Amino acid sequence: MAGVEKPLQTKELTVSMGPQHPSTHGVLRLVLELDGETVVKCTPHVGYLHRGVEKLAEGMTYLQALPLSDRLDYISSMSNNVGYCLAVERLFGIEAPDRAKFIRTIVCEMTRISSHIIWVATHALDLGAMTVFLYSFREREWLLDLFEMLCGARLTVSYPRIGGVRNDVSQEFIDSLYKFTEEFPKRIEEYETLIDKNRIWLGRTKGIGVISAEEAINWGLSGPVLRGSGVDYDIRKRFPYDAYDKVDFDVPLGKNGDVYDRYRCRMEELRQSVRIIRQCIERLPRGPVMTPDAPKFTLPPKERVLADMESLIHHFVLITKGPMAAPEGEIYVATEVPKGELGFYIVSDGTGKPYRMRVRAPSFVHVSLLPRLCEGGLVADVVANIGTIDIVLGECDR
Amino acid sequence: MEPLEITERIKERFPDEVLDIIEFREQLSVAIKKERIVEICRWLHDEPDLRFDYLKDICGVDYLGKKPARFEVVYTLYSMRHQHMLRLKAAVGEDEAYIDSVVPVWIGANWHERECYDMYGIRFNGHPDLSRVLMPEDWEGHPLRKDYPEGGPERQWPGFQEVLDKAKKFKEFSWQG
Repeated sequence: MAGVEKPLQTKELTVSMGPQHPSTHGVLRLVLELDGETVVKCTPHVGYLHRGVEKLAEGMTYLQALPLSDRLDYISSMSNNVGYCLAVERLFGIEAPDRAKFIRTIVCEMTRISSHIIWVATHALDLGAMTVFLYSFREREWLLDLFEMLCGARLTVSYPRIGGVRNDVSQEFIDSLYKFTEEFPKRIEEYETLIDKNRIWLGRTKGIGVISAEEAINWGLSGPVLRGSGVDYDIRKRFPYDAYDKVDFDVPLGKNGDVYDRYRCRMEELRQSVRIIRQCIERLPRGPVMTPDAPKFTLPPKERVLADMESLIHHFVLITKGPMAAPEGEIYVATEVPKGELGFYIVSDGTGKPYRMRVRAPSFVHVSLLPRLCEGGLVADVVANIGTIDIVLGECDR
Repeated sequence: MEPLEITERIKERFPDEVLDIIEFREQLSVAIKKERIVEICRWLHDEPDLRFDYLKDICGVDYLGKKPARFEVVYTLYSMRHQHMLRLKAAVGEDEAYIDSVVPVWIGANWHERECYDMYGIRFNGHPDLSRVLMPEDWEGHPLRKDYPEGGPERQWPGFQEVLDKAKKFKEFSWQG
């Protein structure tokens, strides 16, 4: 019998993962160079969802550009709207009335809950735990129904306005939301009983994708990805906006900076969000939901347009001429959205349109971290790493 | 540290580099020359009482016909320890549309600089992998420049024909029993 003539050879294999792949959470493409099961090189390719939001905004008035912010991170459109409105308000030097601030805080935290439960659902699904997915979509449905009750839209809401919010909340909405805050902490426990002590879950998340605090800061990470490494940086605390300085809440921090700690951070944030919503409901002040300056920026309510002359004129002037010209200057305003720090950098040249609107998207920064997390790890952990940074490609590509 | 103190420190250390200091809505911008950008950033990052260790954002702005130097690269910095913010603005002319990369200082600058190159065509010297990030690799032009049409260029992107041909091929495909 002849011996083996050629010795066994191995070579690196290049795999293209995505853009259509269930675990990439959108249209992200990773080119992985594999040596057996080990990832040698990971190159993310983004841009499949690039719609040119920044370019489009340059041709729109400040009022028209608001719906663009919905389409950034479409899972948490409410907090994007709030971020945009705050930036424009700061530019114009106006402030929303107290009641609007509390309502905005409520809807921001509702968005945080709905975004985080989508995250835990899909992340657990990627790692092989399916039931959490079904459980958490039940609660998400409740929240979306609440959004619908509030403003008529479920996904791209465009509810906050420059200088306030579009309409006041109804008692029915408040009651239903309060019931949600009573019910939801029990549901969080339900999710946790499913995965928290699950050995497969622990094995696949503990010690995976570790990033130290110094490194996380140097990378410019934000949100739970940064706090999972133990860095106490939350814009709601550091630069309080809306009603965040009037409510009491804790910022959960991780220790090891691995996938598991980031998961714990987000689960604790769910509890804190419930806490914030309850305090806001209990302290919700009376009063208007739009600043008195609002007619200069925002369309008056339709029923007023049909009934009184002044509003009709405002409506006409706003539609034909655009809002009042902004003062010349530039502004960077950051808000804490569920994914991290969403910053709007607006350069105004003194007209009614932004000269330049830059969106600092947390997902964009976090995707650039993927090679650092994946290289040297196993190919199975790539999925865990994509899940843990909680990206939405609509926001990454803009 | 108070914002004005920070600018005083920068002026003291780099007297020839600072061009202008602008304050608007309690936010400070320092306009600087682009030549020693890495040195300035390194100093801001390392100086114990400044310690700008967190790079929030880098972006470009196109001031076509508004300012003598066409582009500006804007750095938004933050200090985790001292909790202060600063905006650096480096003017970049159209003829010499390049600036040194700050990736050695903040590794997170990598993709921001790539995007800036993609959208404005500003080259970052010393960048580890300066390629397009959001637009296709063979795209012509830089979309966020003010002279770039909002509706896109007249001609078709060459990759698009390829996609159309492929789609046509798949349409013709049918199962053979």
